[in-house]
Amino acid sequence: MAEPGELYPTAGALVADPIFGKLTWGVFSFLHDPIVMVTFIGTVILGAVVFGLLIYYRLLGYLWTEWFTSVDHKKIGIMYMVLATIMLIRGFSDALLMRGHQALASAGLVGYLPPHHYDQIFTAHGVIMIFFVAMPFITGFMNYVMPLQIGARDVAFPFLNNFSFWLTMSGTVLIMASLFVGEFAATGWLAYPPLSDLTYSPGVGMDYYLWSLNIAGIGTTLSGINLIVTIVKMRAPGMSWMKMPIFTWTTLCTNVLIVATFPVLTATLALLTADRYLGTAFFNTELGGSPMMYVNLIWIWGHPEVYILILPLFGIFSEIVPTFSNKRLFGYTSMVYATCVITILSYIVWLHHFFTMGAGASVNSFFGITTMIISIPTGAKIFNWLFTMYKGRIRFEVPMLWVIAFMLTFTIGGMTGVLLAIPPADYVLHNSLFLVAHFHNVIIGGVMFGIFAGITFYFPKAFGFKLDPFWGKVSVYSWFFGFIFAFAPLYILGLMGVTRRLSQFEDTAYAGYFITAAFGALLILLGIVAFIIQVAVSIRNREALRDTTGDPWGGRTLEWATTSPPPYYNFAFQPRVYERDALSHMKRIGVVTPTEGYSPIHMPRSTASGIIISGFMTVMGFALIWHIWWMAALGFFGALLYGIGHTFNYNRDYYVPADEVAAIERGTPYPGAAE
Amino acid sequence: MTPTADIAPYGTVAGPNDFYVIDDGKDHGPHETGTILGFWLYLMSDCLIFGILFAVHAVLGQNYAAGPAPADLFDLGDILIATFALLFSSITYGFAMIAMHEGNQRLMTIWLLVTAVFGMIFLGMTLAEFSHLIHIGATPMASAFLSSFFILVGTHALHVMAGTIWLFVLLVQMQTHGLTAENKRRMMCLSLFWHFLDLIWIAVFSFVYLTGVVL
Repeated sequence: MAEPGELYPTAGALVADPIFGKLTWGVFSFLHDPIVMVTFIGTVILGAVVFGLLIYYRLLGYLWTEWFTSVDHKKIGIMYMVLATIMLIRGFSDALLMRGHQALASAGLVGYLPPHHYDQIFTAHGVIMIFFVAMPFITGFMNYVMPLQIGARDVAFPFLNNFSFWLTMSGTVLIMASLFVGEFAATGWLAYPPLSDLTYSPGVGMDYYLWSLNIAGIGTTLSGINLIVTIVKMRAPGMSWMKMPIFTWTTLCTNVLIVATFPVLTATLALLTADRYLGTAFFNTELGGSPMMYVNLIWIWGHPEVYILILPLFGIFSEIVPTFSNKRLFGYTSMVYATCVITILSYIVWLHHFFTMGAGASVNSFFGITTMIISIPTGAKIFNWLFTMYKGRIRFEVPMLWVIAFMLTFTIGGMTGVLLAIPPADYVLHNSLFLVAHFHNVIIGGVMFGIFAGITFYFPKAFGFKLDPFWGKVSVYSWFFGFIFAFAPLYILGLMGVTRRLSQFEDTAYAGYFITAAFGALLILLGIVAFIIQVAVSIRNREALRDTTGDPWGGRTLEWATTSPPPYYNFAFQPRVYERDALSHMKRIGVVTPTEGYSPIHMPRSTASGIIISGFMTVMGFALIWHIWWMAALGFFGALLYGIGHTFNYNRDYYVPADEVAAIERGTPYPGAAE
Repeated sequence: MTPTADIAPYGTVAGPNDFYVIDDGKDHGPHETGTILGFWLYLMSDCLIFGILFAVHAVLGQNYAAGPAPADLFDLGDILIATFALLFSSITYGFAMIAMHEGNQRLMTIWLLVTAVFGMIFLGMTLAEFSHLIHIGATPMASAFLSSFFILVGTHALHVMAGTIWLFVLLVQMQTHGLTAENKRRMMCLSLFWHFLDLIWIAVFSFVYLTGVVL
């Protein structure tokens, strides 16, 4: 058994050095651990190569002016997607490490991860996959697609959108820094006290967790406000509520959930931060605090969060299924109501995450029943998609294959969820691998498959060419079968009573199941590699895959009414809407986009304020984690003063001249178009 | 720009030329059309943070851990003065808004300054109360009740401080740019913020101080 000081090299100096805080040479964890060392060397080499290429091709200035400081919702959306893809690789590496280690450890070997490192890895895996993979992916989709779907030219607050992205990036930078500088939390992804209190987690790992999530969480809240206002205020003329595309509806409901739950997360994490930094007693039972209050508060955010993740993808499925079935969506109205009902019900099910807390039979019954009820609107959605496919002329292209993979897997995950909603069953199955299998079943089967469906579907819109179908199919099948091989054994192990988060095993009887699960993880790896190859092959073959129409799939909604990729102002003429599926209506009537009579377009200017303020906040977060108080003050006042300075800039927008619009629409370059 | 403003009446058949808005002379700029709605949404999200802090206080507010209780600590007379300072600051902000709508920038500036003075009186009294409590040993670390008290009242005080800083920034911007539409919108947002903090304080006064001492 290791000494506490050995486990937490960063615990020591509670009285921090005035200049370096708790930072010493000992905190560079890669010096001690060969696995982290190899990762570190790999990261440094990769980073150097990427940076070198950027300098060699003189792309840094281009990235700065055209991307980092851009307030264009499409570019911000793409940046979110890139961030999420990189973090998916990080989060999946953690998963592979765990699967490999458990396969070895369950077979009686030592494995390669010491328990304390294993604890950090499953914590990092959960935090990264939810906050820095799933969230940026859905935010990316909502940013890119929704304004196009409602015929708008940008979001309501373009600068705020850029700022939100950079706050998310700031959180990502902090969590990635924890890999090499110090350590990460070893508490599980929701960091329950008292384990996450200073007494039991004295290292900086928990502080990385807190500041990373709090900074990223502010960004998410701001983005939520932004997108709600965009939908409420900026829809094309004629697009009344019940004529909005389903993806726009689910975006609205998701962002309502974001604005109504992320403040809860912010407040809860702030209380834990106060406990750790100021010594308050919120979760300290000795002084009258209540750790169970933390569990309640975090799940009041946490349960709506899972619907925040899945609803936008329900929206994407609702766009893909009608498009590839050549039919309008079955049951539009019921789809809207189901979405709204899920939005409301998702608030009153949180206690099902801790039935075993001992709240009593009545409370558990209430939350068990609400949990079963919430599966009804979700089921209604599945039937709507099935009835949309019924008698449709289905084209089994890659996005549709992802949707079918989703339907097959997600339904199982939903049913095991209803099973877990029964409090007596939950008493048996809670904290077991059955639970782990259940939520991976809905998150991989629902969220990840939806993300890949959406990427394949919207890639031609964003970049002007389709993704290669062969490698797409390899990816679908690898993910689908990989998922089954990886998680079916966990269901069985969970039923047999194996608990989650185990790094060591006494009994070798379960080795077969864990080795099967590790094989499944390798298949999923193949799926991820196939996806990367798919993108690379498609870029190489882009001329053959080119979409010149702007509508490669026979789309039904307004995002397909503009070119691929759309001009930065989205639509030269604002569309008018008369029916649902506005583009289908236009095609039926035979509308031709006008080619003259352009007028000047009002657009926001790019600004570097978002990235600079977030940069200060990253410095502040890092300094607070390491107790470097002078640097924290520097970061805080830097962000504050730069933010105030930003409000003194009144010159935030400009008009694109009609001539320039005409030139872009005709495909001729316009001199001085680099505004 | 309401979405249904220029829709064809129900029953009219849209022809091929009716699907795009061709220069109707209106500004279809996407910016700032929803600032007030956005600010309301922000306020509601902030309200939720306070809601959580109130809920925490409801759960922990009587866990004194053998330490002092509200009746031992709070001087309702002082709190009442601070409360009135904040309530008056809301009234004077209202006068500033009236002056703004009348286009009287000088009068507006005076009322804003009066508001700022009331805000700073409130802040000073909160600070004095905090330092008094810490001085007699009733620190945030002493019990769960005191933790939740300090964080709830402290969060409110931080908001008032942010509002006061914003007020001075806005005064400078008013001096430089005058009563432009943009500045008026900012005045409106700060007004919402200021009244919101007043409302939160009424809840703090009722549920933390009054209920704490009387019950």
